Amino acid sequence: MSVAAPDLVRELTGLAAALRRAGVGVPSAGVATTVDALAALGTPDRSATYWAGRLTLCSGPDDLGVYDQVFDLWFSRAEWAGDVHRGTVVPTYRDAPEHGDEADAASEEARTAPPTASRLEVLRHRDVAELEADDRRLVHTLVRRLALRPALRRARRARSSTRGRTDVRRVVREAVRTGGEPVRWHRRRAGVRTRRVVLLLDVSGSMRRYAETYLLLGHALVRSAPGSEVFSIGTRLTRLTGALGAGDPQRSVEAVAQRVADWSGGTRLGDQVKAFLDGWGCRGLARGAVVVVLSDGWERGDATLLGEQMARLQRLAHRVVWVNPNRARPGYEPATAGLRAALPHVDAFVDGHSLAALEALVDEIARGGRRA
Amino acid sequence: MDGPQDVAELVRRLDEADHLADEGTATAAWLAWRTQRPLLLEGEPGVGKTSLATALAQVLGRDLVRLQCYEGIDAAAALYDWDHPRQLLHVRALEAAQRDARSSGGDARDDRAALDVDALEGELWSRRFLLPRPLLASLERPSVLLVDELDRADDEFEAFLLEVLADFAVTIPELGTVRAEVPPVVVVTSNRTREVHDALKRRCYYHWVEHPDLEREIAIVRRRVPQADAALVDGVARVVARLREEDLLKPPGVAETIDWARALHELGATRVDVATAARTLGAVVKYREDQQRIAASLARLVEGPA
Repeated sequence: MSVAAPDLVRELTGLAAALRRAGVGVPSAGVATTVDALAALGTPDRSATYWAGRLTLCSGPDDLGVYDQVFDLWFSRAEWAGDVHRGTVVPTYRDAPEHGDEADAASEEARTAPPTASRLEVLRHRDVAELEADDRRLVHTLVRRLALRPALRRARRARSSTRGRTDVRRVVREAVRTGGEPVRWHRRRAGVRTRRVVLLLDVSGSMRRYAETYLLLGHALVRSAPGSEVFSIGTRLTRLTGALGAGDPQRSVEAVAQRVADWSGGTRLGDQVKAFLDGWGCRGLARGAVVVVLSDGWERGDATLLGEQMARLQRLAHRVVWVNPNRARPGYEPATAGLRAALPHVDAFVDGHSLAALEALVDEIARGGRRA
Repeated sequence: MDGPQDVAELVRRLDEADHLADEGTATAAWLAWRTQRPLLLEGEPGVGKTSLATALAQVLGRDLVRLQCYEGIDAAAALYDWDHPRQLLHVRALEAAQRDARSSGGDARDDRAALDVDALEGELWSRRFLLPRPLLASLERPSVLLVDELDRADDEFEAFLLEVLADFAVTIPELGTVRAEVPPVVVVTSNRTREVHDALKRRCYYHWVEHPDLEREIAIVRRRVPQADAALVDGVARVVARLREEDLLKPPGVAETIDWARALHELGATRVDVATAARTLGAVVKYREDQQRIAASLARLVEGPA
C-alpha cells in the first residue's frame, strides 16, 4: 500500500466512489487491490492507472463503458470533481437503484382487513386490471406468495439409488474396507435438476395495468427458483433479475421501476426478443429453459421479425409459454399481427388476467418435464 | 523473480510464443503473475482467452494445467481421487503373499499380522494411490492453471474453487495438507452463459477480451498461417472485420479468421474473391441464418466500400 504515493490512493478512492455513484458495483476491498496492482505495475502513468483500475474495479462488460467515461472525467476533471463531490453531477449511464422510504407500506398492509374465504375465491378469478385498490392489494399479496416450481431435467451427476447402474467406484471403495470383499452392492442413477425459468415481461402502454402484478410474479419467481431470470421488453431490453432480488417485493418493484426506462412506451417485440437472444439467450441463458413471454402481442415494428425471433427462441428453449392477459376476454381472437406471427412458435398459449390464471401458469411452467 | 521485468517485456515474450496480446491483456496477465491473484477473462468465444494461458505457460517456463469445467464437475474430477482398483489389487496381492509366507513358514504370529494391518493402511492411503486431478496437480509443481469455461460448472463448484484459490492449499483427510510452494498463475475463462459469482470476481482481476483490431488480427493470422499470401491474409481480415459489423447471430472470432485464411490458401487463392468466398463461407459463418443473410450481400462485403 505504501508503495503508491498517498495522493494517488485518494484519487483512486475518489474514482471508485464516482464509479459507485454511476452504478458500478465496486467491491469494498476494490480500491486496496487497485493500489496494489498499480504498485506492481511500477510507474503510475495514465495507462497503468487505467488498467489497474479497470482490472480491479469492473466486474462485467456492462461496467466497461461506464468505467471509460468516469475514468476520463475523473482524471481530466477541473470543476467537475467538485460537482461529483457535491453530488450535483452524476454520470448517468445507468440508473443506480435508490432506496426510498418504505415506512408507510407496512402500515398500509396492516390496515387491510382479514379476507374471508369466499371473497378470496371470487377475487381469484377476477381480472386484476379491473380490481379496486384494496382488492388489488390483497391479490398482490397472494401473487407474492406464489412459489414457482420449475420443470425438471436430467442432471449429469448421478445420485445413489436402489435401482440403476452399478456404482463400481463405491462398491470398490467399500470393498477396500472389508479386505477386498464387496459386501454391499451400490447402484446409482441420473439425478434431476431444475430447469431455468426466464420471464420476458412486456412493459408497454397496452400492458400497463398488468405490469405491477407481473413484476410481483417476477419477484416471486426470482425468490423461489434460484437461477431464474426476468427481463423487461418494451422499447428496450432491461435485465431485472438483480433489482428483483431484494427481499421486500415492494422495494424490488420500485427498484425495477427506476431501472426500466420505457414504462408504457411503445413495443418493438421483435427487436427486443432479438436483443434478448443475441445478448443473453444465445450464450446459454435460454438453452433448455422454460421461457415465459408475458405480452399482448401489440407489435409496432415488423411482425415478421417477431416470428423469426420466436422461432429462434423455440429452437433454443425447452418450452415457450406465451401469456396474454386479454385472452380470457369473451369473444377473444388472437388478432394482433405480432401474436399471429408468434403463436406458431409457442408451446403453450395461456391466460394471465387473474390470480387463478397465474396459478395455472405456475403449473404450466412445472409441466412437461422432459420433451422427447 | 525470473521472467519478464515489465509489461512491455511480457508483450515481447508472448509475441515470441506466437501470442499477440494487446496492452490490456498483457497488463492483466502480468499482474496475475506478479501479485499472485487469479485472472478472470471474459469475452466472445474465439478471441484468444485460452491461448493466452498457453502462451503464458510457455513464457514463464511452467506447465499448463487445464481444468475444463462442465456441468456437474465435482471434487473427484477437479482435485484428486483415490485409485480404488489399484488399492484393492494391492490388498489382494498382500493377502496372497501373506498366505504363501504362512504356509511355508509354519505357524503365524498374531502380533506380526496386526503390524501388517497398520502398515497396510498407511500404505493404501499414501501418495502412491492418489490420482491428482488438475487443481492438485497445479499445486504440486510450478504451473499455469487454466480453469476453462467456468460458467459451465455449477455454483457450488465455484465456491469450492474459491476455497482452493484462496490459499493455494488442499487438505486431503487421509494424507494431510498439500500447499503450493510456487503458487500457480491462475487464468479463469468464462463465456458468460451465466454470471460468475461476485465473491469469485472480487478475488480476481477482471478483464474483458475484445476482438483484436484489424492490424493486430492481420499480424495474428500471418503468424498462424505463414504460408498464405500476404494479400490474402489482409483481405480475409478485412472481410471478417466487415462481417462483425453485420448483424450476425455469431460474429466470427479470430479462430474463424485463421480457419478461413487456411481454407482459402489450401484452395490456392492468393486474394479473396466472391466465388471462393462463397464456397468457403462455412469456415467463418456457422449459422444457416447468418449464411443466408450474408449470401445476398457477399459481393459488397468482399469488395468492400468502393
